[in-house]
Amino acid sequence: MDVRSLEFKQRSVIALDEPNLQKALKQGKAGFQGNRARAIDLVPEWQQIRSDAKVMKDHTLENLDYYLLQYEAAVEANGGKVHWAPTAADANRIITELVTNAEAKLVVKGKSMVSEEVALNSALEAAGVQTVETDLGEYIIQLAGEPPSHIIAPAAHKTKEQVSDLFEKAHGGPRIEDRPGLVTQARHVLREKFMTADIGITGANLFIAESGQHVLVTNEGNGDLCSSVPKVQIVITSIDKIVPTLEDAAATIRLLARSGTGQHISNYTSLYGGPKAADELDGPEQYHVVLVDNGRSTMLGNAFRDMLRCIRCGACMNHCPVYGNVGGHAYGWVYPGPMGSVLTPNMVGLEQTMDLPNACTMNGRCAEVCPMSIPLPDLLREHRRLQFQRGLGGKVARGTLAAWAAVAKKPSIYQTLTRPAVKVMSYFGGKSGVYKTLPGLGSWTSQRDLPAPQGDTFMAQWRKQQKSKKS
Amino acid sequence: MSVDSSGVKSQVGLFVTCLVDLQRPSVGFAAIKLLELAGCDVDVPATQTCCGQPAFNNGDFDSAAALARQTIAALEDYDYVVAPSGSCAGTLKCHYPKLLADDPDWAARAATFADKVHELMSFLVDVRGLQPTALNAQFNANATYHDSCSSLREMGVKEQPRTLLQGVAGLEVVEMEDTEVCCGFGGTFCVKYPEISARIGSDKLSNAKATGADVLLGGDLGCLLNLSGRARREGTDLRVFHTAEVLAGMAERGIGEEIE
Repeated sequence: MDVRSLEFKQRSVIALDEPNLQKALKQGKAGFQGNRARAIDLVPEWQQIRSDAKVMKDHTLENLDYYLLQYEAAVEANGGKVHWAPTAADANRIITELVTNAEAKLVVKGKSMVSEEVALNSALEAAGVQTVETDLGEYIIQLAGEPPSHIIAPAAHKTKEQVSDLFEKAHGGPRIEDRPGLVTQARHVLREKFMTADIGITGANLFIAESGQHVLVTNEGNGDLCSSVPKVQIVITSIDKIVPTLEDAAATIRLLARSGTGQHISNYTSLYGGPKAADELDGPEQYHVVLVDNGRSTMLGNAFRDMLRCIRCGACMNHCPVYGNVGGHAYGWVYPGPMGSVLTPNMVGLEQTMDLPNACTMNGRCAEVCPMSIPLPDLLREHRRLQFQRGLGGKVARGTLAAWAAVAKKPSIYQTLTRPAVKVMSYFGGKSGVYKTLPGLGSWTSQRDLPAPQGDTFMAQWRKQQKSKKS
Repeated sequence: MSVDSSGVKSQVGLFVTCLVDLQRPSVGFAAIKLLELAGCDVDVPATQTCCGQPAFNNGDFDSAAALARQTIAALEDYDYVVAPSGSCAGTLKCHYPKLLADDPDWAARAATFADKVHELMSFLVDVRGLQPTALNAQFNANATYHDSCSSLREMGVKEQPRTLLQGVAGLEVVEMEDTEVCCGFGGTFCVKYPEISARIGSDKLSNAKATGADVLLGGDLGCLLNLSGRARREGTDLRVFHTAEVLAGMAERGIGEEIE
């Protein structure tokens, strides 16, 4: 997928005035926030589960090599195969080979953000394989030819009316207007795909080192049909999704569903581990897991390790005032919102993503709701530090900041310079008390009036007061 | 309450903040009045300027560290360091220790300093035990209070301003929806992404207006300049004050209001 993050400014401004998007965002935000809050209120030990999960995940990351190898051995003991994909290209090559070897014509897919990250669908398309997304949201955006705009609700930017339009075009009339009707139609279309597909590909929300199993969380059951009907099962996931034990997986799932959708547990939470055994009637004949690195082992060794705790619940974007107003597409790649603005620069380069770490007010709500206690604002600030260090970014802004810092480091000069400036600004603010425009401050006054200063500086007035007290 | 057992008043070093110094000194004088009411001796050392947050949040950690050292040196000898801003206080308390953690000469000083730092409202209530009944202020208005992000999430400010506001005669405080959501200021965010910032600000203003309030209060001048400026631009009829001004009985001309 092309990286369009450098267009963030333009696309975000357009998004602010896109009525369908704004409607969809408002509905989505209210639902996600309210449902999460209500679900968490019912779990008095929430903060404890949260801090335990952080400890567990930090330990896992500290010993990632050990657990990954333990997992590989367990998968092989179950009769499956683990494939290591250092890069996105490796992941696509491995999966294309598996698909070609199986002489597959049709692949059904469950929702997988890692497959979006590596752009698996276009790789399969190039190999002449038809791929059908089966998660309802993912199916909608596949019909629309769009990338996901949210990590757990890929079609969060679409209104019901837009889905009616898409379905009418893809499935033929009559046009369906109601939600249950739309779902039934998609279910009917997709059922046939499940039954005829040669291969099922899904992601994994977690995988378990001790048992060689992976956990799949869905609300539609589509992932389970992808996993159990076709003869070949392929799982694509990333190395950071590992947990040591089944108990650790259970604890993480408690956090995941509540933080994401506000459910206590998703409709389907399934464990898979290997192909069907000799005495089993159902299940795939082959079980492959593709473990993608794609920059994660680098993050393990730098200042972004905390980000590898992420369980992809989407709570950060659901509570982000910027995401909530501009939606996911403005961010220009696969992962939007706060978690995306930390991850994307790590995966596609800081130069390609200049705006992402900056398009944040540092309000901290994302970190407050993050079930894995990821200090997202601190990590965004770390990207800003790296940008500054490498001399990236606007020269004017840098120059202004440098001049200001130089003066602020000299209090007496600072006070000598600021006092007349403040007095002049106060005077010319006049009776109205505000500036409508001001040279050099156009970015402020384009959207707001600038209140004029009250008069003299505090420091000057204080000095005067102290003098008169002494005399 | 006002003096310790030896009869010595607590010495408070006020960190005025650059926005209060330049834009709205009345907030600083209101803070002093309230601190004195709570039994403190207040001093304002002249060697302070800005806390360095703009540099810090724009990735210039060296400049931010230099300003951190300057601020610590100016204020570390007082019993307490108080700022009428959760955002600046948060920088002093939460970020200086990290910023100077690798500086052998300053790491310990930054940590000791951080322990002394308080946001004004939480200092008055949590540390000094100031009661709303001790206030002598009148302000006839229906107000709503905006929880600024750093006050709320870095400095633990939530109930303290609301508690004190109960002591202001004539004032009714009504809670707005999404009071804990950002106002769109975000320091330099508001000039880097003015359209997004303005939209977030407008959402806040309409939540405030929906309560029927005619006054918006808050504890961070950055947010208040943004919101009052946006209100003026939109034509939203909402007066904006810093909480300290109202508590000190010093709320006269609101931020960005016409001069009568």
